[in-house]
Amino acid sequence: MTWFFFFLISAMALGGGLGVVAARNVVHSALFLLLSLLAVAGLYVLLLTEFLALVQIFIYGGAIIIVLLFAIMLTRSREFPRITDNAQWPLAAVAALLFFGLLTFAFLVNRPEADERSRVAFTDLGRSLFTDWALPFEIASIVLLIALVGAIVIARDDGRRG
Amino acid sequence: MNLLDILLLIIALLILFTALSIVVISMIWIERKFLGRLQRRLGPTRTGPFGLLQPVADAVKLVLKEDLIPSTADKAIFWVAPLLVLIPSFMIWVTIPATKDLVLRNLDLGLFVIVALLVVSILGLLLAGWGSANKYGALGGLRSAAQLVSYEVPLVMVVVSVAILAESLDLRVIAASQVPIGVAEGVLNEVKEAGGSFNHIGVPLILIFPLGMVLFLIAGLAEVGRIPFDIYFAESEIVGGPFVEYSGAHFSVFFLAEYINTFLVGALAALFFLGGWYGPFLPEWIWFLVKTYAVVVVIFWIRGTFPRLRVDQLMAFGWKAMIPLSFVGVVICAVYRFYDWPAWTMTVMSLAVLGVVGYWLYRRFTQPVQRLAKLYGRRPGRVGNVS
Repeated sequence: MTWFFFFLISAMALGGGLGVVAARNVVHSALFLLLSLLAVAGLYVLLLTEFLALVQIFIYGGAIIIVLLFAIMLTRSREFPRITDNAQWPLAAVAALLFFGLLTFAFLVNRPEADERSRVAFTDLGRSLFTDWALPFEIASIVLLIALVGAIVIARDDGRRG
Repeated sequence: MNLLDILLLIIALLILFTALSIVVISMIWIERKFLGRLQRRLGPTRTGPFGLLQPVADAVKLVLKEDLIPSTADKAIFWVAPLLVLIPSFMIWVTIPATKDLVLRNLDLGLFVIVALLVVSILGLLLAGWGSANKYGALGGLRSAAQLVSYEVPLVMVVVSVAILAESLDLRVIAASQVPIGVAEGVLNEVKEAGGSFNHIGVPLILIFPLGMVLFLIAGLAEVGRIPFDIYFAESEIVGGPFVEYSGAHFSVFFLAEYINTFLVGALAALFFLGGWYGPFLPEWIWFLVKTYAVVVVIFWIRGTFPRLRVDQLMAFGWKAMIPLSFVGVVICAVYRFYDWPAWTMTVMSLAVLGVVGYWLYRRFTQPVQRLAKLYGRRPGRVGNVS
């Protein structure tokens, strides 16, 4: 049963990924990206990490795709619904292959044991996040804050209102 | 999981869907009757006793209407969008407990599941607006994304403060922690045996955290897009927003999702702040329905009372009032829990914040004439006199 769902969800994730690059319409690409990201959330559920799956749905499935679509719709994508600029595909292919190689290498070096998945209680997760991993957590928050402030500084008009 | 389990699950989902449809029909009847009374009308009276069958007739009429798809629309997205709105709002109900046993699947992370799934339905509105190839639709879609993402933040923050107070993300525990220990023993012992955490409060949260109730209701109204927050399908401005081109059965899907979500806001308010299904004398599920419908009627009442906000007012209110207030709420809850103060301090802090901000907002929104006069340097009485 688990294997069946694993292959189904993996097929959805890979198909979604293929759809993103193959679709001619930008909004369709965004929809395929949504499919792919939700399928990854499904994989997290199979690995018994429900919290990660929900975060995946909440942040990637919801917020990121919404902001992406927002940006697409506010630009003039309706006048250029088809992607025509594909001149960089050899470069992209090389980069993708390199990244795939890196991932495979990392996986082979660092191979997890077969039965290593286990359910972690949400409270334990929170406790370790705010005690053992408090510093990385705060650093990540500060990076996000800096990005937010930077976005506001860039987007603000330079006129009188300071 | 064998075949029988799957069959049972499918039957349970069908029952849930039927129950939600009946709830929606009853809500439409209540809304029309109540709104009619607020406006000194009778509301529907002709179809069935007290017009009870009016929503059924409306539903049949809606489904029988021709289902038009604009020729310039993006067919695939036009089809997917209503489902993206309905399916998450239906899936949320899988984890809402109506009593301590009457729940399809109780999840430890129930609160987070609700928040995560609510976000996905925003996507459906955005895509509906874009896919129908209509400028009002696109405008409405963009407005809906802006509004719903903005009001998602205070909603999540209120949910976080409720979770801090109850020390759990399990909806059953949140409801059970608000009643005297003797009544809630069943659920809480079960949680204790499973190794989960909870904080027993003993009184409905609305008594110690009224600020949260107000914020939740406002943010909830904005999330389901009811008046005064129906900016994104405002009929008199953008003729229905994302739903402009939808008709017949497609439109009814959006309609269904909107009412299911309204009922969800009522149910969550009942579970978070009003002590869930607990109450004297009556059976548990009746108490749940009573509390939920009470909140829903308040929502209809607000609809009958307030005018629609302008877009800039809506966004300003969201970012300048709701979001800071919801963060203040989180801080209050954290301080209260950390120092383990008595419960009444929480009430005092919450009411103080609510009072100060409420008075400030009241002053700000009821004296536009004075503000205009200050802006343009005229005396109050003359503003608006063109001659």
